[in-house]
Amino acid sequence: MNLDVNNWSLTLAFLLVMIALWIGYREKLGIDREIIIGVIRAVIQLFVVGYLLKYIFRVNNVILTLTMLLIIIFNASWNAQKRSNGMSNALTISFIAILTSTGITLGVLILSGAIKLIPSQVIPISGMIASNSMVAIGLCYRSMNTQFRDQRQSVLERLALGGTIRDASIGILRESIKTGMSPTIDSAKTVGIVSLPGMMSGLIFAGVDPVHAIKYQIMVTFMLLSATSVGSVMACYLAYRSFYNERKQLKDLAGDD
Amino acid sequence: METILQLKNVGYRVQENQILNGISLVVNSQEYLTITGPSGSGKSTLLRIIASLLTASEGEILFQGKNIANLDPIQYRRQVSYCFQQPMLFGKTVADNLDFPFQIRQTTPDIAKQKAALKVVGLPETYLTKRITELSGGEKQRVAMIRNIMYVPDVLLLDEVTVGLDEENKRIVNELIEHFHKDHHVTILSITHDAAELNQASRLLTITKGRLEEAK
Ligand SMILES: Nc1ncnc2c1ncn2[C@@H]1O[C@H](COP(=O)(O)OP(=O)(O)OP(=O)(O)O)[C@@H](O)[C@H]1O
Ligand SMILES: [Mg+2]
Repeated sequence: MNLDVNNWSLTLAFLLVMIALWIGYREKLGIDREIIIGVIRAVIQLFVVGYLLKYIFRVNNVILTLTMLLIIIFNASWNAQKRSNGMSNALTISFIAILTSTGITLGVLILSGAIKLIPSQVIPISGMIASNSMVAIGLCYRSMNTQFRDQRQSVLERLALGGTIRDASIGILRESIKTGMSPTIDSAKTVGIVSLPGMMSGLIFAGVDPVHAIKYQIMVTFMLLSATSVGSVMACYLAYRSFYNERKQLKDLAGDD
Repeated sequence: METILQLKNVGYRVQENQILNGISLVVNSQEYLTITGPSGSGKSTLLRIIASLLTASEGEILFQGKNIANLDPIQYRRQVSYCFQQPMLFGKTVADNLDFPFQIRQTTPDIAKQKAALKVVGLPETYLTKRITELSGGEKQRVAMIRNIMYVPDVLLLDEVTVGLDEENKRIVNELIEHFHKDHHVTILSITHDAAELNQASRLLTITKGRLEEAK
């Protein structure tokens, strides 16, 4: 397999960054600093991760692999939590939701024999699952925040009629879960037609027969559907309570003026 | 007479802004109490506190002798039911709104009861399937109100429910309130600016700048 991009080619590819910088400069976008920082961060992070993964794959130690997984899940939770706009317990909720969605999905994949319980398979797959859960949960938070603000009156009316906080929130919950899952569903619909996803492209690049590569992509599609649905449902059901106080009253929204 | 609600020195503050101040009030069972006062004086806030949609910053509220802070708010709100000033209906159809009181009690909606209620407020029973976007303001107000009385509460808190209605609609809504007051022994606390309603009030309270006074 011819997979080694040599350093000379990589250096030439840096010209692509120069194009972006040049456009930014010409159009006075004021983003040259952002681009440079972004590029430097990407290069450093990827190198560090590359060597780290090489080490982890070589020693193949259970504790080390689990630690790596926890770090991935924690980072994903941290990022999802940022979208919550100051919701209480958002980090804990995100962590539980991503841990569960990754755990269940990974468990099924391993038990069914689709992937092997070795670091070089478990870690990249977990990364994909966790990052998709993260995006889904972030969307759920955003959607809940907007809806609890826009539909404040109708939530209050349901409470006044003696509905539980679940009765008052159920419409918002459903809508938010749908919002969280929709990118995955949309991409499932267009996979192969619009984009050749990363996993599949990578395998084809590496010289794998496209017919074998699509089997992996089908597996990835299934796994992301499960991951984003489990993640969204858990995050929404855990998070909606934080919009109410202990007297089951709708809180004044944080971030409102 | 039996006391159903008692407010003891109730105050409400948002940051530095004192909205209600030292409100004490005894409401007897089956009483019809009318509350009035200038815009922004705190009338809606007071009813929302009594409805347990807001918590008082000071003082306490007793319902049938028990501090409402110790009651289950969900059960309490089914007994002390608040009708909003300018209600918004939810869902898509009138039925979505009238089903809600049944759904939260885990029972199947009683369609006969819903139709009867529509008829009482002067709406045809075919309105059950009507889209809420197709209702006039007065019709919305009436539909909103029958959500509160699908199951008869002990206390009805009415927040300017006749505002914006024409004379005919006002009469229908007031008759409905009167019916629940007389025949179902519901205690009524009603906010209004309507001159006729103020004239007929048996007990009238006014709120000015967050303070409550007995007017008659
Ligand atoms: N959540 C809140 N935060 C800050 N101020 C509030 C809040 N809720 C109400 N207020 C203020 O409290 C005061 C009383 O409001 P309230 O709605 O109780 O008045 P009202 O007597 O019902 O007026 P109206 O007759 O116009 O309905 C107003 O000045 C209002 O701006
Ligand atoms: Mg008001």
